[in-house]
Amino acid sequence: MARYEQVPHTADLAAKIYGKSLSELFENAAFAMMDMSADLEGLAPEETMPVELEAPDKEDLLVCWLNEILYSLVSENILFFEFHVLSITDGKLTAEAIGQRIGEDEGRIRTEIKAATYHDVRIEKTGSGYEVTVVFDV
Amino acid sequence: MTQTFTGNLEKIGDYKWRIPKGYLPGMRVPGIIYSDEKMLKSIVRDNAPQQVANAAHLPGIVKASMAMPDIHWGYGLPIGGVVATDIEAGGVVTPGGVGYDINCGVRLISTKLEGDDVRPHAKELVDALFRIVPTGVGSKGRIKVDISEEKNIMIKGAKWAVQKGYGWQEDLERCEENGFIDGADPSAVSQRAYQRGRDQSGTLGSGNHFLEVQEVDEIYNEDIAKTFGIKKGQVTLMVHTGSRGVGHQICGDYAKRMVNLLSRYKINIPDRQLSCVPVKSEDGQAYLGAMRCAANYAWANRQVITYLARQAFERVMGESAESLGMHLVYDVAHNIAKLEEYEIDGKKRLLCVHRKGATRAFPPGHKDLPERYRRVGQPVIIPGDMGRCSYLLAGTSEAEETFYSTCHGAGRLMSRTAAKKATRNRHIVQELAQKGITIRFTGRDTLHEEVSEAYKDVTDVVDIVQGAGISLKIARMKPLGVIKG
Repeated sequence: MARYEQVPHTADLAAKIYGKSLSELFENAAFAMMDMSADLEGLAPEETMPVELEAPDKEDLLVCWLNEILYSLVSENILFFEFHVLSITDGKLTAEAIGQRIGEDEGRIRTEIKAATYHDVRIEKTGSGYEVTVVFDV
Repeated sequence: MTQTFTGNLEKIGDYKWRIPKGYLPGMRVPGIIYSDEKMLKSIVRDNAPQQVANAAHLPGIVKASMAMPDIHWGYGLPIGGVVATDIEAGGVVTPGGVGYDINCGVRLISTKLEGDDVRPHAKELVDALFRIVPTGVGSKGRIKVDISEEKNIMIKGAKWAVQKGYGWQEDLERCEENGFIDGADPSAVSQRAYQRGRDQSGTLGSGNHFLEVQEVDEIYNEDIAKTFGIKKGQVTLMVHTGSRGVGHQICGDYAKRMVNLLSRYKINIPDRQLSCVPVKSEDGQAYLGAMRCAANYAWANRQVITYLARQAFERVMGESAESLGMHLVYDVAHNIAKLEEYEIDGKKRLLCVHRKGATRAFPPGHKDLPERYRRVGQPVIIPGDMGRCSYLLAGTSEAEETFYSTCHGAGRLMSRTAAKKATRNRHIVQELAQKGITIRFTGRDTLHEEVSEAYKDVTDVVDIVQGAGISLKIARMKPLGVIKG
């Protein structure tokens, strides 16, 4: 099963993300966001960032998780490419993101994603797991 | 997309289409889209009318959920959306009605130069602008500030920049809000937003942001053009950018906060990105206070870029910016929420007017216009795509029906991925060169994503707003040199 597919959006970026479990859906969503914005080839797993988040429901939790990773990219220049969800309930996420700090002039970032939006975000259960479409503002 | 527009658009004028209030059960007002028949097809195909209908659910909304002809699919409110809410009637403010790039906007700078003075130096000038103005993803500026100085930027906006020597005193009165909006509250801004703004003042960013050297090639109204300091053959400079990471973070922080407040304020809306709170609530005031900080940051940003661009012109053309006549014509915000007074049903009401991809366009005689423009109306700057043209318009009294709002640009037609795919084997730089346009850019993807045909023709867009009476065409500018992030 593909981890995600990019879907057309007139102005921004949107991705339909798949996962066999909710954990995998969250991992794949973070990967989709990074993969659409940067070249992740050949990065080394040098930095590990633990993430603990709480939110009223799983959709909110997903958007917060994505924006948390994005913030580390813009503030610390860390490109994350591997994600492990350690535990997830409707309201709480414990996870880690693994990546590499990059130089400002490396030219790996193709598209500056400003944020993961809440637009029409709905996590749906399917026969084979979960899927969700997320719109990213660029 | 999961939400598809399935309603009817009723023609209510040559350039106006209505989504009936009954289309969705929770709509409080109808939707109104400004368009002609031809453009309407692409608007419907794009599904954006659904977002117009969604915004009609916002508590306290008055008249209609409106959209300008450059409307396209966004998130929350569509791009091109205008929504006003009545503050005393529980009217709300929504970060999704402003967007992440708070006070993304445009300014136009005039010169005494003519196209033929600049053409022989175009490459040199574009190179000089590209070198001096930091561009691209996460671009960082030479002006680094600590948090207390950043607070000053957030309170004073372009005035901070001018006081620091990055501009002329006269620049301020030629900006919407004189370059800084009152009511900014730095205590409502998160540490993360401060962190993101530390070194981004005076940077262009990426995406559709640009600097453009232009030549005025058509004048539609000699009298008003003259008042704006614009004549045929003249070289102008356009700057399009916003509040950078500060705005992105503030919008994100408050979108999250408001998603969690919907039940407290008993608000039902069909899209979480339209999460909102009453303007008069503590949360509403906090958002507006923080949003104004980002708006002021953006005005300071465009002011610092103006200062840098004047230096580039001075170096290449060998004259001072003063003697080159590099006066600011005007500076407009096109992603912002403002408190403005309008007469609704015979009574004066204070409204929270959201313009997301829409430009304020005050009419002749408006008290908030600088004296030099009061007789003719507000200059409205409408950037087009990098290969065609841009426009200078003026506000009209008829635009009261849109809360003095008009279009903001061309509006996208193709997704970024579709544009990249369609132009994969083309040499965009050469194509532009054949049209006499020199370009420098940071991201190659950006160049393909921003290709002309990815946008509606801005001429069609401004013809519609003029046809509908909500703006007047004054001048057209063609690009000579473009700097893209």
